[in-house]
Amino acid sequence: MNAQNVDAPSAYFLAEVSNEIETHTLSLLVDNEPGVLARVIGLFSGRGYNIDSLTVSETEHEKHLSRITIVTTGTPMIIEQIRHQLDRLVPVHRVTDLTVRARRANQDKPLERELALIKVVGDGDKRLEALRLGDAFRATVIDATTDHFVFEITGRTSKIEQFIAIMKPLGLVEVSRTGVAAVQRGPEGL
Amino acid sequence: MSRPPGALVLSLFDIPKDVQFATGTYQGPTPNPAAAHKSYRPQVKGDAASIRKAAEMMAAAKRPVLYTGGGVINSGPQACQLLRELVQLTGFPITSTLMGLGAYPASGENWLGMLGMHGTYEANMAMHDCDLMVCIGARFDDRITGRTDAFSPNSRKIHIDIDPSSINKTINVDLPIIGDVGHVLEDLVRIWRSSSLKSGEAAAKSWHAQIDAWRARNSLAYKPNQDIIMPQYAVQRLYELTKHRKTYISTEVGQHQMWAAQFYGFEEPNRWLTSGGLGTMGYGLPAAIGAQAAHRDALCIDIAGDASILMNIQEMSTAVQFGLPVKVFILNNQYMGMVRQWQQLLHGNRLSHSYTDSLPDFVKLADAYGGVGLRVDKPHDLDDAIEEMIAVDKPVLFDCRVANLANCFPMIPSGKAHNEMLLPDEANDEAVANAISAEGKSLV
Repeated sequence: MNAQNVDAPSAYFLAEVSNEIETHTLSLLVDNEPGVLARVIGLFSGRGYNIDSLTVSETEHEKHLSRITIVTTGTPMIIEQIRHQLDRLVPVHRVTDLTVRARRANQDKPLERELALIKVVGDGDKRLEALRLGDAFRATVIDATTDHFVFEITGRTSKIEQFIAIMKPLGLVEVSRTGVAAVQRGPEGL
Repeated sequence: MSRPPGALVLSLFDIPKDVQFATGTYQGPTPNPAAAHKSYRPQVKGDAASIRKAAEMMAAAKRPVLYTGGGVINSGPQACQLLRELVQLTGFPITSTLMGLGAYPASGENWLGMLGMHGTYEANMAMHDCDLMVCIGARFDDRITGRTDAFSPNSRKIHIDIDPSSINKTINVDLPIIGDVGHVLEDLVRIWRSSSLKSGEAAAKSWHAQIDAWRARNSLAYKPNQDIIMPQYAVQRLYELTKHRKTYISTEVGQHQMWAAQFYGFEEPNRWLTSGGLGTMGYGLPAAIGAQAAHRDALCIDIAGDASILMNIQEMSTAVQFGLPVKVFILNNQYMGMVRQWQQLLHGNRLSHSYTDSLPDFVKLADAYGGVGLRVDKPHDLDDAIEEMIAVDKPVLFDCRVANLANCFPMIPSGKAHNEMLLPDEANDEAVANAISAEGKSLV
């Protein structure tokens, strides 16, 4: 079938259609009213889309607007669909694909940060090592006894992943992560 | 189990009792812009450069086809008028989905008939073999596309739609135009006129000749019968006897719906009320009542099936109470015909729960509601009975006893492409039994 399409190419065979799985960060401005998050999440689960990370908080109190940041994976076509489907939800004001915006501005990625609280229990050398590595990662100790530390660490997802992996053999007992918050680089607002 | 056993009640709205009893001052809707919707801002105007590009692609096309849908109707009468203008200017053949019937008149020269699963041979073949498809206000539904990987493989596709999420959803298109159909068509027609674009004539001739050859296949043919009313014949007669009137047709869901779409010719938009993709048995009678309430002088007919009409038969009472003389034209074959047809095609002819041996007597039922019942079972009595139905100024249940085992053809079996249609004259028992592959069966 492909051969006969050389002369009359159809969109099926366009070379630029990529089927590679990509990770994108979407930013949504929504009305802060009951049920909004349920509708957004329901859309993802109902259509079988992925959510890697989701954060939400009211950002404009007087207008009652919340900002939801979603990290999702899929082919470019799927991500395009996700964006349009989200845009159809009544309480959703605006959907911005920060990854696409960053690419257009010739940037690698949008600015993305995550915060994690990490509890490590141990004594002796392990305890010292945990404290030393916490320093190296610029994590701050926000709670401690003679048996444990709670570290607060902020950074890109990869940095947090790495820190957690390192803490595992040193007595990691609990992790709480906020998920990704993101903005576009540069002077422009959303 | 996470819930107690018993019926599951889904209520869409719960209005608390204290809210029901509260008093307040009524404020009617105001055209205040501040009260307008906060987040819904559809783009109605299409991108000018894209529309220009579309016009160029259309002028260059050798085998074009317009594929239109309910979006044209929803956009308004102006959009339908512009569509007709566009067809006249370009000379392109045009087909439509179930929801778009009437946007372009069925008597029009360029009309191919409805497309899709039960569409005409010429419409589906034109879709399959075209080199340019212009999709206007339609959404590439699975009843339209059949097998998506074999859907119109050699064509470039333009998609005009107000909803960005419809673009590239199931079918990749080459040129999307986001906007309201009416606005986009207005620009398209203007550009076509002002740049005096023309469709290639020589190419158009051979393309139309090819379409005529497909049309000659006469894909809607059925075997006429002297003794038994064929359902197709019943719809044809209904059309012939009502076409000169202001008629609104609604349907339920099933074989009767497809026969109505195939054999009733719609000349105007908004004269055809059917539930489309929602597939709601029981839609037709309330829809006809609504149409009648809005158009007291019109003839409002619900073309129904014997099973579908029972879904909302209690609305006969509404029609009688409010003096709305709707006509329910029941193609009664004692089967849920479309269910049976699929059981034959997909489930090895294991018929189950699709036959009804104890239907109500529709004539007595009409009587019981205070309407009028009519029954016909011979083709030669049909015309007189239809005339009588039209003349009665009361709600009518018309029990049209039709051939029990007639099936709806032509048909694109699920999992097949547009050029693999099952035509009525080829639909013998063996062809029907083997029409759908194991893979296709899992698709429906």
